[in-house]
Amino acid sequence: MTKTAEAIVIGGGIIGCATAYNLAKLGCKNVVLVEEKYLASGATGRCGAGVRMQWGTEPNCLLSRDSIRMFESLEEELEYNDSIEFKQSGYLLLAYNEKMVEQFHKNLGLQHKLGIPSRWVTPEEAREIVPHLNIQGLHGATFCEKDGHCNPFKATDAYAGAAKRLGVEILTYTRVTNLLKYGDKIKGVETTAGTIEAPMVISCAGSYTRELGRMVGVDIPVYPERHQILVTEPVEPLQGPMVMSFYHGIYCQQVPHGGFVMGLGDPNEIKDYNTDSTWHFMQEMAAKITFILPVLKELRVVRQWAGLYDLTPDKTQILGAVAEVPGFYVAAGFSGHGFMVAPVVGKLMAEVMLGKEHEYPIDMYGFQRFASGNLYVEPSVV
Amino acid sequence: MAECDCSNQKEQKERKDVTVVCRCEDITLEKIREYIDKGITDLEQLKRLLRVGMGPCQGRTCTPLIIREIAAVTGKPLSEVPLTTFRPPTAPVKLGVLAGGECDD
Repeated sequence: MTKTAEAIVIGGGIIGCATAYNLAKLGCKNVVLVEEKYLASGATGRCGAGVRMQWGTEPNCLLSRDSIRMFESLEEELEYNDSIEFKQSGYLLLAYNEKMVEQFHKNLGLQHKLGIPSRWVTPEEAREIVPHLNIQGLHGATFCEKDGHCNPFKATDAYAGAAKRLGVEILTYTRVTNLLKYGDKIKGVETTAGTIEAPMVISCAGSYTRELGRMVGVDIPVYPERHQILVTEPVEPLQGPMVMSFYHGIYCQQVPHGGFVMGLGDPNEIKDYNTDSTWHFMQEMAAKITFILPVLKELRVVRQWAGLYDLTPDKTQILGAVAEVPGFYVAAGFSGHGFMVAPVVGKLMAEVMLGKEHEYPIDMYGFQRFASGNLYVEPSVV
Repeated sequence: MAECDCSNQKEQKERKDVTVVCRCEDITLEKIREYIDKGITDLEQLKRLLRVGMGPCQGRTCTPLIIREIAAVTGKPLSEVPLTTFRPPTAPVKLGVLAGGECDD
């Protein structure tokens, strides 16, 4: 059975749901979102739930700065009856050597130019912000009080609910099996629930974007990479900010529910779709976090899981139209920070697809940059 | 005696909807039914929106009870209601123990 739509969104994470919502809000009448499993089942629902403006490249600073401003009023905008658990208690980024100090100061310069209220703090000041922080070996840190936390499941649910009220059809447990072209142009998608024809298709499918690109003969450089994460039992409020160390490759935040969510980037991780949990991660995570935040050694780990970063060669997202296939768009390659930029990305992608004016330099995010070599290498990634 | 029975029944009726199904996260049967009535019959979604099964017992108590509710509404046999992934560790473990150099208590 073939049905038709004005636009098809592939992927039911927050990027897909936010894009579908914004398409409908801008007047797109017949939007269909196709999700292979359930909403937020991929990278969104497995992420560390942090939101920060403290980045090292202009593309990331811009998207995250404005997205955090949008998170502040997202519940009202989406008429969400529940809470998205947004809180702004800051991110403390730790520097453990001179090279990091230099990089952080460079980042601060960029952030200040873009109006991001981040600042340099000494080890002693860092300990005033997080009293149980071990400052042994610490050279200093940067802090931005506007950074914080948001619940990925709830935020996705809020977007999906608002999208549905505007008439978006959401098909879960439906897999896209092929992309269809008519000449060069996109024509629609084949799914496990039948064919859907539409003049516009956008991939918000994370790492799977590469496979979708191949279906229309385009090589989109997005690679899956497993990142593991754990959560402890909930306890009384103990730590406001997210504590992050690029030196140790870790991040750790107490979420509003009370548990501590923490994750670790493993430089030896193989780039594939494996999302198994490992005992090695638990031990390494525990060793590193109990050094930086010793008081956490008393907390019990309740659960561990893993998710996939959709990495690009410069760790900056790929946004925009695919020139080779008119009608095909991409919003992927978020390299571990897609959740926190979703409010702006959803709006921007809908504006781009519908030919509306927008305030972002979209070409900066296009995947043609990999051919031209104008990369935006993000230094501040775990 | 009749009076007593009556108030007991009333109490029972009021209490019916405050049965705690997920003891870790304090989620009631009423809340779960409210979500199922909204059309959310996927345990994966219920887990993520209500936190059922995300506490220290990891769903050992609530999962069988919730899938019974889902089965009743969807008409599926219990064995066909999809479960969520069972995540390690099997029992909560202190970070200090995992990091080494400390005995579990």
